[in-house]
Amino acid sequence: MTLQDFIALSPILDLGAFSLVTMLAIACRRHHARIAIFAFVSCLLTLATLPWAATVAPRAVTTLLVVDGHALLYMGLVLTATMVIIALSYRYLNFQFREKEGVEEYYLLLLLATFGGLVLTTAAHFVSFFLGFELLGLSLCSLIGYLRTRRHPLEAAVKYLLLSITASALLLFGLALLYFESGAMTFHGVGAIMKQAQSVPALWLGGLILVLVGIALKLGLAPFHMWIPDVYQGAPTPITTHIATVSKAAVVALLLRFATEVGVLELPPVVHLFSLLAVVSMVTGNVLALLQQNVKRLLAYSSIAHFGYVLVALLAGGPPAAEAVTFYVIVYCAMSLGAFGVVTVYSSEGGDKNRFEDYQGLFWTRPWLAAMLALSLLSLAGIPVTAGFIGKFYAIAAGVDAGLWWLVLALIGNSVVSLYYYLRLIVTLFDEEPAQATAVQGLPIQSRQTAGWTAAFSLGFVASIILMLGLYPGPLMEVIRDSVSNLLMVAVQRP
Amino acid sequence: MVLWLLILIPILAAPFAWMGQQWSRYAPRWIALSAMSVDLLLASFLGSQNHSLQASGHGAWLVESHVSWIPRWGISLHLGLDGLSVILILLTAFVGVIAIIASWTEIQNRVGLFHCNVLLALGGVIGVFLAIDLFLFFFFWELMLVPMYLLIIIWGHAQRRHASFKFFLFTQAGSLVLLVAIVALALLHQQATGRPSFDYADLMGLTLSSEMARWLMLAFLIGFLVKLPALPFHTWLPDTYTEAPTGATIILAGILAKTGAYGLLRFTVPMFPEVISDVAPFVMGLGALSILYGAVLACAQTDIKRLVAYSSISHMGFILLGAFGGTELALQGTVMQMVAHGLSTGGLFLLAGALQERYQTREMGQMGGLWSVTPRLATMALFFACASLGLPGMANFIGEFLILFGSYGAQPFMIILASVGMVMAAIYSLGMMQRTFFGEQRDARMAPDLSNVAFGTLLFMAVLQIWLGLYPKIVLTTARPVMEQLVQSVVASPNPTHSPSGSLLSSHIGTSQGSAP
Repeated sequence: MTLQDFIALSPILDLGAFSLVTMLAIACRRHHARIAIFAFVSCLLTLATLPWAATVAPRAVTTLLVVDGHALLYMGLVLTATMVIIALSYRYLNFQFREKEGVEEYYLLLLLATFGGLVLTTAAHFVSFFLGFELLGLSLCSLIGYLRTRRHPLEAAVKYLLLSITASALLLFGLALLYFESGAMTFHGVGAIMKQAQSVPALWLGGLILVLVGIALKLGLAPFHMWIPDVYQGAPTPITTHIATVSKAAVVALLLRFATEVGVLELPPVVHLFSLLAVVSMVTGNVLALLQQNVKRLLAYSSIAHFGYVLVALLAGGPPAAEAVTFYVIVYCAMSLGAFGVVTVYSSEGGDKNRFEDYQGLFWTRPWLAAMLALSLLSLAGIPVTAGFIGKFYAIAAGVDAGLWWLVLALIGNSVVSLYYYLRLIVTLFDEEPAQATAVQGLPIQSRQTAGWTAAFSLGFVASIILMLGLYPGPLMEVIRDSVSNLLMVAVQRP
Repeated sequence: MVLWLLILIPILAAPFAWMGQQWSRYAPRWIALSAMSVDLLLASFLGSQNHSLQASGHGAWLVESHVSWIPRWGISLHLGLDGLSVILILLTAFVGVIAIIASWTEIQNRVGLFHCNVLLALGGVIGVFLAIDLFLFFFFWELMLVPMYLLIIIWGHAQRRHASFKFFLFTQAGSLVLLVAIVALALLHQQATGRPSFDYADLMGLTLSSEMARWLMLAFLIGFLVKLPALPFHTWLPDTYTEAPTGATIILAGILAKTGAYGLLRFTVPMFPEVISDVAPFVMGLGALSILYGAVLACAQTDIKRLVAYSSISHMGFILLGAFGGTELALQGTVMQMVAHGLSTGGLFLLAGALQERYQTREMGQMGGLWSVTPRLATMALFFACASLGLPGMANFIGEFLILFGSYGAQPFMIILASVGMVMAAIYSLGMMQRTFFGEQRDARMAPDLSNVAFGTLLFMAVLQIWLGLYPKIVLTTARPVMEQLVQSVVASPNPTHSPSGSLLSSHIGTSQGSAP
């Protein structure tokens, strides 16, 4: 390890150190606001080390980790999302928690989950892959069940635990098979040996497919999506946001690296498998979302469909595909932060607000909150001016470029279907407000609640990102282009 | 820059219109009205400049603005103005003003938001008429959708939910097909030259294999036919037009339908000259069918707004017929018909809205004999009904006549069918008059006649109708260079239907240079 290696690793080391300090700080003195601010600042400082790390990138640090443009871009995404989530969490927890329940460890676990995400973005070796995977999964599992006196979060936590274990088991077995056939543990090494091999042995293929299924489980692609709606619904909303953004973005970063370095998409069976997963995810997600009466469940099913779109982009192969996937994931994170953020903020004021009825006529009582939700939903639906449109455009362009006409047609058809349920929710926002329902809940409408400045600021930030990427995506596209060329170049050059 | 001003004036005025609600109930109306008036003046200023430039500018853009936007995909903020866009922007601004006046008394709650949405939608439409980068075009094409949707869902009538969903889903489905075709074109350009481009001129120059051209043309056709709408894609229209508030209906029928027609003229027809002669007969068949179908169903309606909506389908059929007629005469007629339909339908929907405001019903069965109660309203209705049925001396007549005359050479049989539609137009228009204003009075309630403002507006529209009907040259000469170029691009491929009628028109409108190749 040289100094250069330390500089390259500084984001990961930084966040790790801050997690430790957070733990010690909690041990010394419990204070919700202070710990929350400290966690936020930790992420901010970690974010600040990224440019520093970029000066030595791309660089392979030991055989385990690679810090390159691709990793740094996803790190930035993951850290920014975590900051927004922390900002949204504070009021939510303040409202949801009774006294003396010990709320501070929440932030520690959040930092650890993000730490796992950072490891995943840089992982280039089976060991770091698995470590990151587990760190993320275990932290999230305890976070989902963090409101431990409620029924739904516990149920969700158990479901997520089972999912995590299954995914890990499949993953480990798959990795073992790959190692058995190739004798290598680095992605690059496995890829190199596979390129030399004349034919692909069945065990090898089985190993690859098991690994990919493990990843699909984490991403919630149909038919491995069963956990998504329940966990999304049951988890505390900020954690749902974390699962939808940080966790998925990190796994996609890993999938991209794994796919490019191992050369997975050159194998026809894998391509068929992914095409099938993509179509099934899009259709299942969208069709089931049509039936939902719960906002969090609706967003859960829609997330299944969105990762179907991401797969369509991924399948296109080559630089445009990696660009499209990265762009889409960034956009998807922004939209999810927006949508779940509104649910979080709204739920911080009088119990969980998940049902459609809770949102009836929201535009007339809380115009900014409703406008934010509408913006996020329009973005999810892919309407121009919002980032979602550019993301969808990118995915379609990648698909058309590779001649995947059927997948692109499936994507279009599904977009139209998805429009229906997004519109249904948007219409609810503009309905006449139900005077009686609010009276029953004992919440006078006139009392004009405000969201608090942290929430207002973070939602405003997300909104500006959605609009900026929708109106002026050029700069980000250039950044992504660099990072992707980095990803592909490293794959070629490393010994 | 001046082109951006055209788009940005309504869009930037929109938030002010919303905020204006706090100051007074009328502030948003005045803000919206003045924004559209400024746009109208600006557009007519550009249009009058246009005249002097016309001789030189064959197909070239008269005013152009070009800034790079997304270099990764070769997308730029490229706006261009030519004769066709000038006419349509003038129409947009004018119909926008009409729509705002029509909502003056009808919209009483959430006035600010209403006008905010109207302005956003109009800004989007103007962008559609100006954009000559296909990505930018699509961007504006979609931009106008959300405000329209909100206008219907918030201020619409009883069945608004159903109607707005149908509207949004149909148009969005059509748009996405269009988007794929646009992306495919840009990537074909990349294959040919090594860099993707969405620029109109670049993509026009692309040579396509005939199979590719056929598929892409189909996609371009579907995208625009949904908006127009033509026969198989029309089912959203009656519901939407009926359930939308009057102002929104006027915008929908007067302008949004024209964006589909504009798309056909600007993109579908000239971009795929390889296959146009194969496709034209089918599309013209669709046009003729739309004319008859719309007319027959209009005859059967009892709801006055629905009747006008179906008559709109019928009129849009003429546009489809003319756009693929293949002669300059027919194309000129198409432009004329777009303007005329905007004026006549706008007037009719305004009147239908006024009736609904007075009697809280659109059922013609419950009206009758209203001539004596509201003489001004009835007179104007008679005038616009006559305009809509194509009475000579009014703008609709010029449009329909030119289209029928110009495309007769290509498809005589379909033109004969379409002419039957004109007869049907007389039946349903006069039937509407008969049932609403003549006969026995069923509703004994007294209602106020048209206000002076509304009456003045309608009178002005009527004057325009007659003026364009008697002196169509002003529209025809403005659109002529564009149409000539269009015909040339189509005729560049073997097209047997080109007849001397093109030069006949040229002599008719008193300018030199025939368009015959």
